[in-house]
Amino acid sequence: MGYTIHELHEKLIQKEISSVELTRQFIAHRQQVEGDIHAFLSVNDEEALKQAAAVDAKIAAGEKIAALAGIPGAIKDNIVIRGQKCTAASRMLENWTSPYDAGVIERLEANDYVSVGKTNMDEFAMGSSTENSYFGPSMNPWNTEYVPGGSSGGSAAAVAAGEAVWALGSDTGGSIRQPASFCGLVGLKPTYGLVSRYGLIAFSSSLDQIGPITRDVTDAAIVLNAIAGHDERDSTSIPMEKADYTEALVNDVKGMKIGVPEEFFGKGIKPETREAIEKAIAFFKEAGAEIVPVSIPHIKSGVSVYYIIAPAEASSNLARYDGVSYGFRAPGDNIVDMYINTRTQGFGKEVKRRIMLGNYVLSAGYYDAYYKKALKVRRLLKEDFDRAYEQCDVLIAPSASGTAFKFGAFSDPLSLYMEDICTVPVNLAGLPSISIPAGFHNGLPLGMQIIGPALGEKKILRAAYTFEQNHPEFTKTAPKGEM
Amino acid sequence: MKITAEEVKKVALLSRLSFTDKEIEELEDSMSGILTYMEELNQYDTENVAPMAHAVEQFNVMREDKPHTSFTNEQALMNAPEKEDGYFKVPRII
Repeated sequence: MGYTIHELHEKLIQKEISSVELTRQFIAHRQQVEGDIHAFLSVNDEEALKQAAAVDAKIAAGEKIAALAGIPGAIKDNIVIRGQKCTAASRMLENWTSPYDAGVIERLEANDYVSVGKTNMDEFAMGSSTENSYFGPSMNPWNTEYVPGGSSGGSAAAVAAGEAVWALGSDTGGSIRQPASFCGLVGLKPTYGLVSRYGLIAFSSSLDQIGPITRDVTDAAIVLNAIAGHDERDSTSIPMEKADYTEALVNDVKGMKIGVPEEFFGKGIKPETREAIEKAIAFFKEAGAEIVPVSIPHIKSGVSVYYIIAPAEASSNLARYDGVSYGFRAPGDNIVDMYINTRTQGFGKEVKRRIMLGNYVLSAGYYDAYYKKALKVRRLLKEDFDRAYEQCDVLIAPSASGTAFKFGAFSDPLSLYMEDICTVPVNLAGLPSISIPAGFHNGLPLGMQIIGPALGEKKILRAAYTFEQNHPEFTKTAPKGEM
Repeated sequence: MKITAEEVKKVALLSRLSFTDKEIEELEDSMSGILTYMEELNQYDTENVAPMAHAVEQFNVMREDKPHTSFTNEQALMNAPEKEDGYFKVPRII
């Protein structure tokens, strides 16, 4: 069964199926596969069926419904929904219930969305595999011996396993694109400031963006339409007119200039990834695009810059977890001991390491050498991208060095950080990027990124849509997702 | 950059975290490794480059000062680890 948002929307409005029936089917399928996948941290069946019934009532009354109305989705557990638990996969927030809705949730509500639950992730979105979740990892629906990617691994696993049609993730350094790539899905990280961060549990505020993980490019445009837009409660939200991203779904790249930055194809990139992207480049050329070699020299320092800036911002953002006004508290004889005990027991190992790194690079004597230096090289990287976009419309790059890796494959943190080389430069420059399926290797999906200039979502959607429409063999359903 | 156990302990206190001796050793290793790798940034001459804190640079974003409803006392306290008489309760400070 094909089950994209746009296919199911047709079925809903043709009254071939009701939203309640659809939601029940997805809940039933989840009950079969969730034991092997662990995509969810909490489920929301009763509320989901209520939301679905409201959509059915609208359809019955002959009202026009939104493109994603009544179609079961899932929300990463660092995006708050009023009255529901939101844990960020941390012991610190294990029992925290949100008193308010995130900006994106208000927008989804206006689109009559249905959410079947909150998805697993690396604790506070710090990781690339969900292995850092306090509640245990999620499994890759293509092969459960492999990670689904991270940090939005639960969102990707839920969609790939057919437990939801679409999901929201968040992307600070690749956390939407890399799990989408590992699970054979489409993942879109919007331009910084396009989607409100109000109600997204903060990791690194100058890098975080919410975006969709979906089964195809059309669905990504549909979800983006619903969630994009200005929000005055996020001071970094870009004031702009609402756009219709489905207008960009055109199967044509004639005259488009596609840049290939050599620095994205360094020595860490596996031969199968290189080969898949070379084939994609050949396809685009054949389809009438102009291929332009470009150079973005500072990409090779993206990991250094990112792992200074992101922990620095995280150490500040996570200072709020002190056991006073919300979250976990461990007792202590005095207030400082209470703080220390709370944070020592409430945070996991990787989160603590990043707080330590962040506070180190911000501390007196090291601020200039590390933090300020990283901010300066961040500008050099951004200027590299600006120069590249003078020569081309979009850039093409791998989404990750290869396919998903096995659990426990990386024992030291630096080697795992290095795996983020393909994705972190995009966040540092604030650009939009979409990861789409580009092939398979040993039965596991491979992904490719199309990166645009700031607010170039339509450009990347058009290139991605053209590639997808001409490569139906890459849009497959994972074994666990067959319904 | 080799980080010493003393430095790890100092940053831990600033971070309001405590670690066992074994964890401190592990942090010395991993933080030293990461920070040494980052020294590659010194290959760039950045003397005349302005630091970039945000990719979309906006300054002093203002909104209209309109009154709106906020959390009730109950909502604000609903996740409090300890509360009393409408206040957050903490261990004795003075």
